[in-house]
Amino acid sequence: MSDHKPTGIGRWLFSTNHKDIGTMYLWFSFIMLFIGGGMAMIIRAELYQPGMQLVDPDFFNQMTTLHGLIMVFGVIMPAFVGFANWLVPMMIGAPDMALPRMNNMSFWILPFAFGTLISTLFMEGSAPNFGWTFYAPLSTTYGPPSTDYFIFGVHLMGISSIMGSINVIVTILNMRAPGMTLMKMPIFVWTWLITAFLLIAVMPVLAGVVTMMLTDRNFGTSFFEAAGGGDPVMFQHVFWFFGHPEVYIMILPSFGIISQIVPTFARKKLFGYSSMVYATASIAILSFIVWAHHMYTVGMPLAGELFFMLATMLIAVPTGVKVFNWTATMWKGSLTFETPMLFSVAFIILFTIGGFSGLMMSITPVDFQYHDTYFIVAHFHYVLVTGALFAIFAGAYYWLPKWTGNMYDETLGKVHFWISLVSVNVLFFPMHFLGLAGMPRRIPDYALQFTDFNQMASIGAFVFGGIQLLFLYIVIKCIKGGEKASDQVWEGAEGLEFEQLASPAPFHSFDTPPQVK
Amino acid sequence: MSVLLRTIKALGLMFVSTELFAAAQMDLTPGVTEISQDVYDLHTLILWICVVIGAGVFGVIFYSMFAHRKSKGAVAANFHDNMTVEVLWTVIPFLILIGMAIPAAQTLIKMESPATDADVTIKITGYQWKWNYDYMHEGFNFFSNLAKSSKDAINSTNPKDREGINYLLDVDNRMVIPVGKKVRFLMTSDDVIHSWWIPDFAVKKDAIPGYINEAWTVVPKEGVYRGQCAELCGKDHGFMPIVVEVKSEADYAAWVAEKKGAAAAAAAGDSKTWTMDELMAKGKSVYDASCAGCHMANGAGIPAAGFPALKDSAIAKGPVAAHLDIVINGSKVNPAMAAYGAQMSDADLAAVITYERNAWGNNTGDAVQPADVKAARK
Repeated sequence: MSDHKPTGIGRWLFSTNHKDIGTMYLWFSFIMLFIGGGMAMIIRAELYQPGMQLVDPDFFNQMTTLHGLIMVFGVIMPAFVGFANWLVPMMIGAPDMALPRMNNMSFWILPFAFGTLISTLFMEGSAPNFGWTFYAPLSTTYGPPSTDYFIFGVHLMGISSIMGSINVIVTILNMRAPGMTLMKMPIFVWTWLITAFLLIAVMPVLAGVVTMMLTDRNFGTSFFEAAGGGDPVMFQHVFWFFGHPEVYIMILPSFGIISQIVPTFARKKLFGYSSMVYATASIAILSFIVWAHHMYTVGMPLAGELFFMLATMLIAVPTGVKVFNWTATMWKGSLTFETPMLFSVAFIILFTIGGFSGLMMSITPVDFQYHDTYFIVAHFHYVLVTGALFAIFAGAYYWLPKWTGNMYDETLGKVHFWISLVSVNVLFFPMHFLGLAGMPRRIPDYALQFTDFNQMASIGAFVFGGIQLLFLYIVIKCIKGGEKASDQVWEGAEGLEFEQLASPAPFHSFDTPPQVK
Repeated sequence: MSVLLRTIKALGLMFVSTELFAAAQMDLTPGVTEISQDVYDLHTLILWICVVIGAGVFGVIFYSMFAHRKSKGAVAANFHDNMTVEVLWTVIPFLILIGMAIPAAQTLIKMESPATDADVTIKITGYQWKWNYDYMHEGFNFFSNLAKSSKDAINSTNPKDREGINYLLDVDNRMVIPVGKKVRFLMTSDDVIHSWWIPDFAVKKDAIPGYINEAWTVVPKEGVYRGQCAELCGKDHGFMPIVVEVKSEADYAAWVAEKKGAAAAAAAGDSKTWTMDELMAKGKSVYDASCAGCHMANGAGIPAAGFPALKDSAIAKGPVAAHLDIVINGSKVNPAMAAYGAQMSDADLAAVITYERNAWGNNTGDAVQPADVKAARK
């Protein structure tokens, strides 16, 4: 054992190795995917037909709340941190993350944060039941007693995210191999650098809003309590000042993953590298001045509504640039369609559909009709499931051979892709129609005219949920063995992790920095 | 699978005819007001711009996927930068956005114009989980709850029970407005945030405690229009529909007169002495409309969710004064128990408290009179 790898449980508990910590992040996210997904199955089962059959309305609200919180904070974000841990040091030629002990701590906070959150399900007086956006006063004056555990859990998640993002920034800015200037960094590293700055900027805002909730609930303050001179609308402003950049925190790293994968399978360089970097930075900056488009109906002044509408529409420009650049990268390439590429192409198309509905919702007068309906449920599931989650699938298939040294089962991968692709659209596309026809979101029961599309969505949901067990099997099978992967893994793969490291990547890599020309 | 078949048919229709597409309830409603028509036109315009751009971009992607495959012998080209196209695909979308922003801003400005010239003003107050409509210049107000027919059908195992009753979209008391007149809505809330939405008017505005929001509409067509609360407001968020009936001016005036009469009768009820049977009958209807949502029709509550039972409870079987206090002033420890003193007349409160003290085997024999409530309010 030349790498002095610790053995037993201690290897994981005390790990300061970016690869092991990355693995733990990814497994944590995977477990949470099944917990949050199980809740989605309960939601879709209740919504299969009109009338209340399986759960009571309060439990339904607990499910939508915890499903949202777990998917956002427990699945998508930790999965991207897992990718960052594994890949950033290997991509920039660094031996590890800059702050390895903090890295250990930021991971090990997470099981406690989510243990606290999920434990509320077993508490008297119901788990959090006010939606993942936890608007005051429903979550403060009217929140169940378990809300205080939820607040503690969110604080822990925030601490973990801030430490993780500090680590990413310090690593990228200080530990690049000689010759790797900023504008030579792989695009995944760029997107994570920008994401990390967003996280540092907004996680304290989230911490602030939950702290105000805590004091409103327990120490007699009235930040959000109208009867005490407070302002319930201020809650929404503060929450969405965090919440909108948060949305991009969940999508920018997927842009990075897709921008790594498409050139490999097009066997052609990424089109417009520098415009990709500038577009990512523009999206990040714009994300700070559009938050109130989530709250057009609260009764803002006309000038405010106009400003937020125009600023929001602007985001379509850099996002469009990214989609056009990916398309141009594929154009006149030499394309093959292994599973990572299939998920990437699906990402580009389906994320763009989510972008279109986003553009439609930016138009304030029309958003009055879309707001808080299933149209928005369709929108954010297109950008988060067929967007962020598909990018995570793509990235997992793409780098698994590098991580494990074994190829995954390509046939099973393709089965996973095609069934996911069809079922996810059967699941989410009808939600556009439901929303336009007037079905509000977050309701446990609905009027009869919404029955058909709800049944369709539920059927899609059961298939989409079920097929993820196949993905679990594929990942385990790949870890256990399989055809040996070459060091380059993919014919068109470029970058330090493919060009200079063996497959599987050794426990310690780049002890001496490579030279980048 | 009939659901799938119908969907495929519907998807087909979408491309054939926008008329049928609307009939299949897959698109936004054009509504009945000038504003809702403007909003629908704007929605359609932007949807089609998106469809055209999408068809173009996806067309290029699909062409590339078929024509530039390695298996077909495609050799990768070498280009990876082009300033001209980068500028083009930044500037052109920007210009398209300006094209969208202009009509959008025009419609928005129209919607947000102040409604100081309104003919009728109605204050809408959201409660967990019902609406109160206060006709401010007529001097009456009333609550609008989910209709009993829907309530009874929610937990029914027979789907037929939910048919033909406008399930979850019907109420006991409709809001009534006159046709062709400018009606101004003032929205607020007594507890958490709700949102008042009628798709056919393109009016959706949050009802927020401590705020008064404003919206307006002019409905040119008589009829019944339905909507739902659009902001998560707790357990029964899905069960607080909104129904607006638009009547001719004469019918509206008659309705107002009738409501005023009813308000006077209710005031008279506050000063008389009721028999036990009258109190129990009225109490049951008040209880079922306002209390059964949490305490359940059989008085068992949902203790696990923090809604206590009233059957055999210390309050319902204990001193009358404490019972009056919690119903009139609300619970000091559990905000879910609102202060009903502000929502109900003396007679309603007397009846419902009497009912709670004598139903489900509580049998205290106490008859609480409106005068007792009045004294307890002080």
